[in-house]
Amino acid sequence: MSAEVLILVALGSPCLGALGVALTGRHPNLRESMTLLAALSTFVCVSLLIGQVAGGARPRLELVQLFPSASLAFELEPLGMLYAGVAAGLWIPTSLYAIGYMRGHHEINQTRFFVCFALSIFGALGIAFSANLVTLFLFYEFLTLATYPLVTHAGTEKARNAGRIYLGILISTSVGFLLLAILATGYFTGTFEFRPGGILDGKVSTGLGTLLLGLYAFGIGKAALMPFHRWLPAAMVAPTPVSALLHAVAVVKAGVFSVLKVVVYVFGAEYLASTGISVWLMYVAAATILIASIVALRKDNLKARLAYSTVSQLAYIVLGAALATSAGIVGAAMHIAMHAVGKITLFFCAGAIMVASHKTEVSELNGIGRRMPWTMGAFLVASLSIIGLPPLGGAWSKWFLALGAAEGHQYVLIAVLMISSLLSIGYLMPVVARAFFVAPVEGTSAGESDHGHDPARDTGLKEAPALCVVPLCVTAAGCIALFFLAPKLHSMLLPLATGAVPRVADFAARQLP
Amino acid sequence: MELGVWNYWVVIILMMIGLYTVIARENMIKKIMGLNLFQVSVIMLYITMGKVDGGTAPIVVEASHTASPVIYSNPVPHVLMLTAIVVGVAVTAVGLALVVRIRETYGTIEEAEIAEIEGDAA
Amino acid sequence: MTQLVPLQVVIPLLAAPICLLLRDRRYAYVFSLAVVWATFAVSVALLGQVLGSGPLSYAMGGWAPPFGIEYRVDTLNAFVLLIVAGIAAVVLPAGVGPGSRAAQDGREYIFYTAFLLCLAGLLGVTITGDAFNVFVFLEISSLASYVLVSLGDDRRAFVAAFSYLIVGTIGGTFILIGIGLAYQMTGTLNMEDLAARLPLVTDQRTTRVAFAFLTIGIAIKLAVFPLHQWLPNAYSQAPAVVSAFLSATGTKVAYYLLVRFVFTIFGAGFVFGALHLDAILMPLSIAAMFLGSIAAIYQTDLKRLLAYSSIAQVGYMTLGLSMASIDGLTGGIVHLFNHALMKGGLFLVVACVAERLHSTRLVDLRGLGRRMPITTAAFVIGGLGLIGVPGTAGFVSKWYLVLGALERDSILLAFLILLSSLLAVVYLWRIVELAYFQAPDADAAPIREASSSLIPACVLIAATLYFGIFTEWSAGVARSAAIWLMGGPV
Repeated sequence: MSAEVLILVALGSPCLGALGVALTGRHPNLRESMTLLAALSTFVCVSLLIGQVAGGARPRLELVQLFPSASLAFELEPLGMLYAGVAAGLWIPTSLYAIGYMRGHHEINQTRFFVCFALSIFGALGIAFSANLVTLFLFYEFLTLATYPLVTHAGTEKARNAGRIYLGILISTSVGFLLLAILATGYFTGTFEFRPGGILDGKVSTGLGTLLLGLYAFGIGKAALMPFHRWLPAAMVAPTPVSALLHAVAVVKAGVFSVLKVVVYVFGAEYLASTGISVWLMYVAAATILIASIVALRKDNLKARLAYSTVSQLAYIVLGAALATSAGIVGAAMHIAMHAVGKITLFFCAGAIMVASHKTEVSELNGIGRRMPWTMGAFLVASLSIIGLPPLGGAWSKWFLALGAAEGHQYVLIAVLMISSLLSIGYLMPVVARAFFVAPVEGTSAGESDHGHDPARDTGLKEAPALCVVPLCVTAAGCIALFFLAPKLHSMLLPLATGAVPRVADFAARQLP
Repeated sequence: MELGVWNYWVVIILMMIGLYTVIARENMIKKIMGLNLFQVSVIMLYITMGKVDGGTAPIVVEASHTASPVIYSNPVPHVLMLTAIVVGVAVTAVGLALVVRIRETYGTIEEAEIAEIEGDAA
Repeated sequence: MTQLVPLQVVIPLLAAPICLLLRDRRYAYVFSLAVVWATFAVSVALLGQVLGSGPLSYAMGGWAPPFGIEYRVDTLNAFVLLIVAGIAAVVLPAGVGPGSRAAQDGREYIFYTAFLLCLAGLLGVTITGDAFNVFVFLEISSLASYVLVSLGDDRRAFVAAFSYLIVGTIGGTFILIGIGLAYQMTGTLNMEDLAARLPLVTDQRTTRVAFAFLTIGIAIKLAVFPLHQWLPNAYSQAPAVVSAFLSATGTKVAYYLLVRFVFTIFGAGFVFGALHLDAILMPLSIAAMFLGSIAAIYQTDLKRLLAYSSIAQVGYMTLGLSMASIDGLTGGIVHLFNHALMKGGLFLVVACVAERLHSTRLVDLRGLGRRMPITTAAFVIGGLGLIGVPGTAGFVSKWYLVLGALERDSILLAFLILLSSLLAVVYLWRIVELAYFQAPDADAAPIREASSSLIPACVLIAATLYFGIFTEWSAGVARSAAIWLMGGPV
């Protein structure tokens, strides 16, 4: 199949999947197989496309001329394929997990849930493939609207209020800042296309460039840069699979992906580095990293803690983009994948705990590791990846980010990265420690440990349904696999750093085996 | 006949009286009367601008019957005003029809009283 | 094929009295439907010809212009004709709705007659090349619309229609004064002649007064802030179908008139260069965009909410005009088209709601998402268009308006345009939350989707999506009209 057809099939699969789910809503098993079928076909297409793009191809597909200077068009490049691969790849385990979770939880409106889920993936892929700012914006807004019903799934007062915050922040920032930035970019440069090396260089003054960067950075509210991060914790009212895929992967990564894409293909790393207009953004990102980590430390609700951890981790990517050095950009791009796989595992675990034992607070988790060893084992692995310890994927991206900070001579930021790693130990490890080493409070309902601890207190394993546990083990394994896949990712992502300092060639010779 | 600018003053005065009546009166019939006055003033404006000094009614006269060339007033504004009068009558008719229905359903044609009735009902 | 030109107006104008004679509900319905569709076909053919071979001119009764009345069709008014006739063709199949007074009295034919007359008047205003003819057709359409408004299901409709009549007549008479003064200065009523002669006398006070009267008169008909007071009452008391038709066509034709007088008759140089209309119109437009939307947020009735939103949307159109640039004008004209689709569609959705719920109060919309899923979904999509979400028609308008603002080197103006569209999120989301998050009253009977108005509503709402993606046609025509108005090559 040609690349153009593959793009269409990749985008069409989730759409048709949504349609299929809507039509087969009365037969749950048939409906779920629709979702899985769509996920599988999307993944196959995206994998094939990744192969082509890694080989140097840049397939392009024009659909409709929207405006005289902008069309609805898709063009694949490494960064987009990384994001598409992450979204499509994680959709399969999440679908399995969602089926187990939704059934285990006896949720209402499951058909609507799966329809919107598939549409959200469609939006994410559209963002990943977009060839210009207009297409990106179109799918960006689509994603916001498609996820709104998922966030407010419960239909309660609380969900409604969360929905208000979610929509309010995301729509206001995107319409108020992002659209303005896009139109201004188009007006001053005469084009909306993403081009390697950027389009703004020489077209706008430094002051205007700074303004545009600010409009982009804050306008892309999905990147959850403080102070526009409130929607992310609010969105945690959604069912856990939503939090897992959308608010650890598809939606938030759409945000940071867009920031990175704008930096690389609109501003151009060279332009940012030479003018230094992004220095302030580094410090905003650094502040977000630290503040969000500290807030995470104080959250007792597990999902809320993970949400703030996400806010903090997203800022890493923005930081890497703002550094605009070779290693910074590559590290930021890598972090999209690394953090996605790690964080989705953590959310899966949080959901599994909720399904199996209806616990949501960290303080209630004493000894739960003995009843749910697989779940908490996966939690440990993913936590270590988020913290950034080898041999887990997260180690690489942090390494590159630190390297990028060094290249940009921003030594304070290296310290920020180190402190933040310590903070993430602080908010993730206590969960694991409580689960494995603190005795459960209520002896009667305590679970058995298969590690052969005090058998008198152990009454039996109580894992979540297999459909919940298997996916989270798979993604935990993914964290490890990514550590060894990093060189491949690196070579695929290297073209992004064209024009960034230091020159790619000598850098590539220095780094990685 | 010397008209000077007096006609325009009359037009303006009539227009203002009409407009004031429309705005200030609560009674719907009086409002319509004000509206008529307003429209009449515009008709006078048009007729005034059509008047040519020393002109006669625009009826074709055989050239041999007169010594000097005949000066006519401009007929176009007169014709236009025929249409405007028809429009004015139509507006008045529709307006009065509405007033009749309002009187039937509310029992009054005073705007304040209607507002009171609606205020109670709401 | 210039014979088509008069047919555009004559068909509905002659059909109206026939409709009155038919009396029977079904005959009148079928007959007026045939007439409206024929009119629509004519407008399509006209636009095709104009785009293909340039402007058309037809001398009424064989009296050659400038003495006789000329009907003249160019890109701009062919586009407006198509919008008006097209909206009529989609809206009329919905019928007057069972709640209206005409239906209660068993005299639906009055509705169809008035509808056809109103349509004929609006088309006449658009097509004619004679300034006085504009006034006559404007009054025909206005008189018909007073009748249409008075057909509302509530006795308050009479009062609303009466107030509308008073204000509308004042507006119409202002236009008449303006035309008269322009005639006094130039001795002609033909628009082309006016356009040729007025620039010679722009230093005269009379010319300026003529322009002032015309602008104020049109601004009243267009409901430009702060001359908008009549609009919420009229639209909220009229039957929803009438609101759909009037909101999608009435203000649009007035906007066309304003564009026509400003750009082709008085000339942009005089209006913006000497009189600085933009200095007045731009702040007023921005005020309308914000205050209209803010007022909409506080409404408790769906129709009133949409009516106030219309005032804000008119603000976008006049803002585009006041920018006096190609992009801004394109935005204004394309918004004329897009807003006609969106507001027409939304009011038709209200017609669906009114047909089943017998109420348009917001509190009665609780749980509507479950009771009338298609209707509610259509409303949400139409509302997204009002916000200007990409992929809907509203986005296209915002796009050009913001570009126009940037062309004036005003990032602030661009920001204000975008900011104001966020207010639409607030009033729309009030309804979304009512419809989807609140349970209907316990004693609420199960209801079906509406019968006759659902399909027209869905057609218009679907059109907003279509023209949000495929903008080549709508924005293309608007753009070529804008280029022509700004004096560029056709």
